[in-house]
Amino acid sequence: MDLPQPNSEIIARKPQIVALLQAILPDDAVIYDEHEVKAYECDALSAYRCPPLIVVLPSTTEEVAAVLKVCHVEGVPVVPRGSGTSLAGGALPTADSVVLGVSKLSKVLETNYEDRYIRVQSGRTNLSVTGAVEALDFFYAPDPSSQLACAIAGNIAMNSGGAHCLKYGVTTNNLLGVKMVTMEGEVLDIGGSHLDAAGYDLLGLICGSEGQLGVVTEATLRILHKPEGARPVLIGYDSNEVAGACVSDIIKAGVLPVAIEFMDRPVIRAAEAFVHAGYPDVEALLIVEVEGSETEIAEQLALITEIAKRHNPVELRESQSAEESAAIWKGRKAAFGAMGQINDYMCLDGTIPVSQLPFVLGRITELSEEYGLAVGNVFHAGDGNMHPLILYNANKPGDLELCEKMGAEILKLCVEVGGCLTGEHGVGIEKRDLMSTQYTDADIEIQLGIKDVFDAKWLLNPAKVFPLTLTESRRA
Amino acid sequence: MMNPTTELELADIIASAKGPLRIVGGDTRQIGHPVDGDALHTSGLSGITLYEPGALTLVAKAGTPLAEIEAVLASENQRLPFEPSDMRGLYGASGQSTIGGVVATNASGPRRIQAGSCRDSVIGVQFVDGQGQILKNGGRVMKNVTGYDLAKLMTGSRGTLGVLTEISFKVLPAPEATATVVIEDQSAEEAVATMSAALGSPYDVNGAAHVGGRTVIRVEGLEGSVNYRAAELVKKLGGTVVDFDWTTVRDLTDFASRDGDIWRFSVKPSDGPKLGAALRGRGALDVQFDWGGGLVWALAPEGANLRAALGDIGGHATLIRGTGQPVFQPESTGIKLLNEGLRMKFDPRNILNTGRMG
Repeated sequence: MDLPQPNSEIIARKPQIVALLQAILPDDAVIYDEHEVKAYECDALSAYRCPPLIVVLPSTTEEVAAVLKVCHVEGVPVVPRGSGTSLAGGALPTADSVVLGVSKLSKVLETNYEDRYIRVQSGRTNLSVTGAVEALDFFYAPDPSSQLACAIAGNIAMNSGGAHCLKYGVTTNNLLGVKMVTMEGEVLDIGGSHLDAAGYDLLGLICGSEGQLGVVTEATLRILHKPEGARPVLIGYDSNEVAGACVSDIIKAGVLPVAIEFMDRPVIRAAEAFVHAGYPDVEALLIVEVEGSETEIAEQLALITEIAKRHNPVELRESQSAEESAAIWKGRKAAFGAMGQINDYMCLDGTIPVSQLPFVLGRITELSEEYGLAVGNVFHAGDGNMHPLILYNANKPGDLELCEKMGAEILKLCVEVGGCLTGEHGVGIEKRDLMSTQYTDADIEIQLGIKDVFDAKWLLNPAKVFPLTLTESRRA
Repeated sequence: MMNPTTELELADIIASAKGPLRIVGGDTRQIGHPVDGDALHTSGLSGITLYEPGALTLVAKAGTPLAEIEAVLASENQRLPFEPSDMRGLYGASGQSTIGGVVATNASGPRRIQAGSCRDSVIGVQFVDGQGQILKNGGRVMKNVTGYDLAKLMTGSRGTLGVLTEISFKVLPAPEATATVVIEDQSAEEAVATMSAALGSPYDVNGAAHVGGRTVIRVEGLEGSVNYRAAELVKKLGGTVVDFDWTTVRDLTDFASRDGDIWRFSVKPSDGPKLGAALRGRGALDVQFDWGGGLVWALAPEGANLRAALGDIGGHATLIRGTGQPVFQPESTGIKLLNEGLRMKFDPRNILNTGRMG
């Protein structure tokens, strides 16, 4: 993948830029030692690394605004960073950039159970938002797999999803307001504790803009009361087609499970070998989870198992206890780790219409044979959000490039069947150059125009999201 | 009369327009400042282009009547999640509401409190911008973070950024059963406390309104589940389970037939009662609450400035029916500049619904 050439003139001014930042931040909030900045050289897309020029770790919105003002005046690119868990390279620095980490902005500012929201600083981790309200049985719904580590700032930047968004929606559906600092250092309040902004939906525009329109320092998030209980059922089929048809029938029947997870044989086997969850050796495994009181769970599961049986499952296992529920989820939760035991992997998250599932899985198998790279599929089936894991050997010259080429083919396939390049991870650098398969130049140009409005000098996370050739004339 | 039947024809009309255009769907949601310009109708762009019940996805051209979409969804026991209102009674309009108009005004009813607003169900848009370019964003899958989310930006932009031509929705199963718990004779304070308790319970309440002294709480879903949750809510809140017509809340039926201006406020629910009192203090003739108290409707004498009742309460006010006051909440300087900047990018000649949003 091509990375933009750093601006040597900016790099040459490093001492002056450090001095300007030190003048507005506490000493320990400016990191410029070339060994220390290496800690920020990559995110979870660790195949790509580049130490930034400087790292700043502000503790307040005012400090963030001061940093951005300096960088704006000095013409220095800024790469915002939450917890660095992006799988798409959203927080990958360039050598001429200042990484602005929000990790010190981690406070809970307000909890309001009567109006069902929490206001937090954006560096707070996803899981600790729920942690702040669970004593009263409330929770924050979006639950990306990285929720132990990932920051709300990154969730907002990427519009993160999770396993339970079939019922609860993704970040944008659970975000009520933000405090955001523009590249010029202006502090804006967008939305609030009320529903639906007046005027244009800037909140909807900012959520998922990958840190290119502003730096979010505070967020008002919707919280919900936890359901009384939840229980999964495990269903195994001997073909992907049948499993796909079962998913579609469950949805059509009018019951909306909180999650429908799908694993194919390579993932089932890897997970079984890794954590011994007791999964059957089948072609496709579904985990369907429903919520509610005991009565409600029984009513929904009765309907789901009836539909599942119509498709002649090889295995049908309804959880009868908390232990059994944990066992059913154990393999799914360990799926990525299990694949990682076998080899290095690249995780895609293209999304497809559910009806195209069997076709796309078939094509992925063909591609896997063609490229000689193994693929496992584990994904959120209810919403068509796939997660093909392509195995490769990082130490074998050319293998990463081969894997990327195959990944690009899978993503193009997702777009061809009516889907999209990324359902919840974001474009970052990873899918940047594929944007033109989904959008025309005009579709992209209007998005570039939006960035012009928020960040006229193109300093915020500039070399992401869009093909470099289309942004070259705008970037500094 | 301009009523294109294809997207290309629409694009040509806009590209060659010499002056301002007034975008008209069914002309049933007449919210916003009056607009001068030649009427550009969208009813010719009509029809459902894709419906996959098993994927909870429907795609329709912007001029498709809302009623047609609702009927097709109902035939598969599905529905639009956000319960779009029918504003015809309010405006004395007789046209057919179009799905494009619903999206352009982000029209969202009582279920918004649980299922999200129209913008939360819109997963893709196609539109023609002010220069006549056909543009798209999002698609037909419910999870999509590929590039900026213009589907959200276009929803509620009232035809000032582009003319919608096709919209994709996430739809939901229609429930097997519905129950409404009614608690009679509550003050606004008591009602908001009741609604907060209901919405903060595990019972998945999807309607919470206070109209004419009655507080109404709705649950929907499988029959056994609905019976269980309604019974638990009665135990917790009191009241009884009765038949209730939620379209009266959705369409503001009580206000529609009465003379006067109609104002709409969005605030945090616990501010609802305070705002209600302030509205009455400024001459409001009647006040109703939806969305657990966070959506406040007020009927007022013509020309009264009810927006002033907001004071330091966070939120915003819209003049839904009436003249003599600005329709939309004034924006802070920073937000206003961004909005003007966006408008210049989407419609540099300033010809689409010019002045609609003030």
